Amino acid sequence: MPKAPQYVGPGAVDVQLEVNRDRVSVHVPPHRTLLDTLRETLGLTGAKRVCDEGTCGACTVLLDGEPVYSCMTLAVACAGRCVETVEGLASENALHPVQQAFIDNDAFQCGFCTPGQIMSCVGLLRHNASPTSEDVLRAVSGNLCRCGAYPNIVAAALAAAKKQRR
Amino acid sequence: MNIKVVRTTAEFEGELAETTALVEGKDLVPWGGDDGLSIVGARATRVDGVARVTGRARYTQDLYFPGMLHVRMLRSPYPRARVLAVDASRALAHPGVRGVLHRFNAPKAAFRGEETIFRDEVRFAGDEVAAVAADSEEHAADAVRLIDVEYEVLPFVADLEEAMRDDAVRVDAKGNVSESGTFDRGDARRAFAGAKIVVEAIYRTSTQIHNSFETHGAVARWDGDELTVWESTQHVFGVRAGLQAALKIPYRDIRVLCDYMGGGFGSKGGAGKYTIVAAMFARQLGTPVRCFLTRDEENLAAGNRSATYQTVKISARGKKIDAIEHLSWSNSGQGRWVADPTGPTKGLYDIPNVRTRSYKVVTSLGALSSFRAPGYVEGTFALDQAIDELADRMGEDPLALRRRHAARQSDPVTGQRYSLKRLLRCYDIGEKEIEWQHRKPEGTRGSAPHRRRGYGMASQLWGGSGLPPAYATVHLNPDGTAVLRCGTQDIGTGTRTVLAQILAEELGIDVGDVRVELGDTNSQYSPISAGSLTVSSVGPAVRLAARDARMQLLEAASGLLEVGASELRVEGGKIVSKGRRVPLGEVLGQVDNYTVIGKGSRFPNPEGLSLKTFGAHFAQVEVDIRTGEVFVEHVVAVHDIGRVINPLTAASQVEGGVIQGLGFVLSEERVVDRPTGRVVNGNLEGYKIPTVRDTPKITVRFVDEPDTRANNIGAKGLGEPPIIPLPAAIANAIANAIGVRMRTAPITRQRILDALSLQ
Repeated sequence: MPKAPQYVGPGAVDVQLEVNRDRVSVHVPPHRTLLDTLRETLGLTGAKRVCDEGTCGACTVLLDGEPVYSCMTLAVACAGRCVETVEGLASENALHPVQQAFIDNDAFQCGFCTPGQIMSCVGLLRHNASPTSEDVLRAVSGNLCRCGAYPNIVAAALAAAKKQRR
Repeated sequence: MNIKVVRTTAEFEGELAETTALVEGKDLVPWGGDDGLSIVGARATRVDGVARVTGRARYTQDLYFPGMLHVRMLRSPYPRARVLAVDASRALAHPGVRGVLHRFNAPKAAFRGEETIFRDEVRFAGDEVAAVAADSEEHAADAVRLIDVEYEVLPFVADLEEAMRDDAVRVDAKGNVSESGTFDRGDARRAFAGAKIVVEAIYRTSTQIHNSFETHGAVARWDGDELTVWESTQHVFGVRAGLQAALKIPYRDIRVLCDYMGGGFGSKGGAGKYTIVAAMFARQLGTPVRCFLTRDEENLAAGNRSATYQTVKISARGKKIDAIEHLSWSNSGQGRWVADPTGPTKGLYDIPNVRTRSYKVVTSLGALSSFRAPGYVEGTFALDQAIDELADRMGEDPLALRRRHAARQSDPVTGQRYSLKRLLRCYDIGEKEIEWQHRKPEGTRGSAPHRRRGYGMASQLWGGSGLPPAYATVHLNPDGTAVLRCGTQDIGTGTRTVLAQILAEELGIDVGDVRVELGDTNSQYSPISAGSLTVSSVGPAVRLAARDARMQLLEAASGLLEVGASELRVEGGKIVSKGRRVPLGEVLGQVDNYTVIGKGSRFPNPEGLSLKTFGAHFAQVEVDIRTGEVFVEHVVAVHDIGRVINPLTAASQVEGGVIQGLGFVLSEERVVDRPTGRVVNGNLEGYKIPTVRDTPKITVRFVDEPDTRANNIGAKGLGEPPIIPLPAAIANAIANAIGVRMRTAPITRQRILDALSLQ
């Protein structure tokens, strides 16, 4: 991956980044968010736009393994970095343990906040293989859910961690 | 197949209405309590789970078509004004802008009783003034700011209690206040005159915003004369009707689709202005058009739960409640109806003397729309607190007092017998789970010296019977897999999964072999997914469709296997005959081109019976008397909804209702700046919905006794019941903890501190 160049606007610029293990190049204005770039340029509509101002977490993706609000991240700031979205979690024949735990624990209703919830939980489990309930609460406290699936989201994260340890 | 006309009375959102429907064939004998069902009644994870956790589920907001244009609305900054002139020339000159619509150039279009989308007089800050279509959302948003509008600003009123005053600015020709409902049973006023114990109080509830995570919106595309609209909606057929009325085009040419949708909570009941505008632009400009509200707009112009001002007067005679008077004023904004808060007062408790009056108050604010148990949440907040206040004065345990008024097995409003009522059972279960014996009349010390602990409970009454018309079609493929098509939608409640269970049970196949296709007006009709009526309306039709398919399958199998049809049955995806088990795919596979098509319709509800759902919530809270912070420690939610089809998704729905109720009672409040009439917290930063940290321990219990008189599946609705009693249960627990009655929702820290400081 090339080192991030200095970008000047206002016109569109080329940005190279890694998305779900694929190297991609996008041509976007410097003020374009990562969220809009994922959704509108790359067709990855898993991350959702709910508040578009860093309040709800429905747009959460991993940037170099860390959960970030993609609506608060500029695409140009991701040059040379690795982005992971909900679309990249499952392998050919198996869901990611967090995804499977979300299904088993019924951790969603309308499902609109779900991709963000899942990415926050995946981010947590990367650093912490044995999270406590408190760790999970901290990890998803920036992810709102209007349907109120919270108890099951916490249960799912703990179940996924347990399964991953085995 | 013979078609019959049926007329039936059914309840929707607390209102009874006569409906006419066509039904085919004959209804089935309801599943009983011991019919050996193996799929219905068992936990099942969602059939669309994989799509939802992989990001593959495509919501309307996820649709991007080549050449698609984006629409943004210009909304009035004034709560009331006349639009004198619109100059869009600067906007049209902006890069990427393809069109602007406003009151002087938009085609006439009938919309909810008006003849136009863009009014000459805008009536709330947020009312639509103009719309811009551009090649990107960014360009559209920029161009909106370049539209020059000349307004004549008019006087307004943006507060419920201000609008109720005699000297208030009149914002409705007929006056701001109008009576919308009256009810009398016995003679409450005479009862008060002779009563020794009378309690009277004022209760207020704030405007609650749905804030569905997928905002309201639509994508429209024309192919010649054919219009396809994708919309985030609870009612594809309602959207179709709205498009037909506005655009005057035949049903033949309209198709409305809603596959996955990100929440509605009652607010997405039909076509919106965004739908019509998207369709107009798409026709004019010859390209697909998408029009979605922003989060801010969602908070202004997408409906809300009315704020209320309620007075309750209640009296006792001996050890029983003798009379109650409940008056309620609802802030309908620019809406044309009232979600009546007095419904529970009329029908929940067996009280001999009842008087209720309900009033609509028009204000210069956005219109209300149904919000999960509209009226009943607000009304129960007042009613069930008033009962506790009376119990306190009587020196009675509030649960014991309610029990004396909860046993009656007929509806006090209509006199009809209930099909099934297990409210007392709900009390028994909840009392045990919350350990009600720990409740002391004066509260108890909490987990620290500055924390007080209290217990409270409240009851729930709601409809949820479901109603005709609703239809379903099952296609059973030659390989033994089935596709269920029906015009309902899954708004996040688990409809797809529950319908697949009903189909699989009746047809004799596995849930995994069923695909459910919903949200398409090219299917047969289904009602709106609201009013807790989806499963109880559509489920019975699905069961009939599955039965129809099964009978045809057996006939076909009889011929193919050369065995009498009466000796065959279907079980686990296999045809069973005299010990032989042949997979469906092998039987039908002999002719790999025949599709069995089963049809079913929803039959009317039984005559002369009252179909209701009941429940009770119990809460244990602690209140920090230094900060006013409320810690909800445990909520027990018990519901009597007939048969529970899927205990997993049902429990989720209850937890969701409890958490949304917590928002209503503790944190959610739309704040309007009175001098300017503007909403000042129209986003998820300022409008506080509950977070994961605000979630208490929730225990969910169901009576789970099939209502075999209700319909052929014995199930009633669950969408709304779990939000209804929660706010009152919390308020009662807080009052028990701190000894002060909190009569305004939300019960914020500030309000608690203010109340404590007055002690």
